[in-house]
Amino acid sequence: GLAVERAFGEPVDDTLEIDGVPMITRAAAPEGHPFDEVLSGWLFREAETRATQEDSFENPGMLAVERGGEIWETVDGSMGKSCASCHDDAAVSMKDVGATYPKWDADAQRPINVELQIDKCRVENMGAEPYKFDDAEQVALTAFVKHQSLGKPLAIDLTQGELQTWWEKGKDVYYTRTGQLNFACASCHEASMGKYIRADHLSQGQVNGFPTYRFNTAGMVSLHNRFRGCIRDTRAEMPKAFSDELMALEVYVTWRGTGLSVETPAVRQ
Amino acid sequence: LAVHPLAAFADEIAPADVAFDDMKVTTSLTGVPGNPEEGAKAFANRGLGNCLACHALEALSKEQFHGDVAPTLDGVADRWSPEELRAIIVDAKQVFTEETMMPGFYSLNVGLNVRKDLVGKTVLTAQQVEDVVAFLATLKE
Ligand code: HEC
Ligand code: HEC
Ligand code: HEC
Repeated sequence: GLAVERAFGEPVDDTLEIDGVPMITRAAAPEGHPFDEVLSGWLFREAETRATQEDSFENPGMLAVERGGEIWETVDGSMGKSCASCHDDAAVSMKDVGATYPKWDADAQRPINVELQIDKCRVENMGAEPYKFDDAEQVALTAFVKHQSLGKPLAIDLTQGELQTWWEKGKDVYYTRTGQLNFACASCHEASMGKYIRADHLSQGQVNGFPTYRFNTAGMVSLHNRFRGCIRDTRAEMPKAFSDELMALEVYVTWRGTGLSVETPAVRQ
Repeated sequence: LAVHPLAAFADEIAPADVAFDDMKVTTSLTGVPGNPEEGAKAFANRGLGNCLACHALEALSKEQFHGDVAPTLDGVADRWSPEELRAIIVDAKQVFTEETMMPGFYSLNVGLNVRKDLVGKTVLTAQQVEDVVAFLATLKE
């Protein structure tokens, strides 16, 4: 494709290990993928950013994970329950969640991600309010739950319910140009992958590190916040978090990272 | 002779009326000659051309962070005439391919769901396009 014919800013040739767990940062792409190899965003970051993610004590995102662990144990809502009341030890009960979501939600007849599953349990099983989008607790608890899958390769099951249809819809969104600047996700993360756009080294736009910690804003960034930010940069109206459009995109983009380890919480600049 | 301040706009060509002829736009969009210094500013400004996001340019090496999504523009005036440069800036998709990453800077042939306050607006004004053309025309090696 386009990217290979031009000079190519290679991602680094380095390996990532977190708390003694080796991360899969390069994997053979699944059948039908535009690339031969899927690459973690970690490989595209500066040495200092990469080193910060490598060391859990240095990684500021781990504070959100710890906060999530506290929320896990905290009773909330009218039913007097915490997450732990039902799910006990997250290291056991949540160990595959980060690698297997989004899943099909038969009740809602649409895909569900970790944030929405948490809301579902809060409403149905705790008698609590759903979180407002990007509430600090939502981000922390999501980071905590996904972190339980650290190192596990992303593997969503598209045979559930109508997920395959949502995958198709997400693919359409991925290749549709939006905004006054007329870019699609693919303009930046496929055709220009490996290039510099201003100071930013363009990665494949993978989801395996979310929620991520960003130095820029000194805080955590959820996946739908990142999607919205990228769409805003095309000078388009931003779809709502968890809208059909962004849920379809999450299904499709998660598939595009099949085989990459969950790195939550990844570190970005 | 006193010239009415709005006279410059009388000759302005609307985005939909710009005529492309063999990869060229031969008519000035405003009839007012471009100003290369203003053009250099619009070129670098992140809210205007933001051309450095994708193109590196030695002449502006004092500006930080030049991208490499696109070819460097050193000596670009040796490769393209001002009429061709005008066409590239107005709507690169009509000069290269529909697939090019380069946005149209004076075109309403844009993506879906344009931000509400930008609907019907172009990235650059007609005069800014003329200024950027005048700036690029100075880039000879
Ligand atoms: C009263 C019981 C109860 C409480 C409290 C509860 N859940 Fe659940 N949760 C369930 C049930 C039941 C399921 C569905 C189990 C299944 O069939 O997979 C579930 C499923 C989940 C799943 C999906 C697991 C998977 O493998 O797909 C996640 C993630 C989850 N809960 C997180 C939470 C979090 C976080 C909290 C606290 C905010 C919480 N739950 C509180 C009962 C509860
Ligand atoms: C104008 C360019 C541009 C467009 C269009 C764009 N992005 Fe991005 N995106 C970036 C930049 C720059 C970054 C930060 C550097 C990087 O990780 O590539 C980024 C980062 C990301 C990340 C985080 C990657 C990581 O490892 O932390 C995801 C996920 C992402 N983009 C998805 C998307 C999706 C989905 C779309 C389309 C809806 C999209 N992007 C459109 C420029 C763009
Ligand atoms: C988001 C990326 C991007 C931005 C922003 C951008 N360009 Fe481009 N430009 C390209 C690409 C890519 C090409 C090469 C054509 C192709 O391969 O599609 C190009 C080609 C060109 C060429 C032809 C270069 C040559 O030597 O053949 C000129 C001239 C040019 N651009 C000028 C500009 C100016 C002036 C601006 C700002 C007003 C600008 N570009 C902004 C991506 C961009």
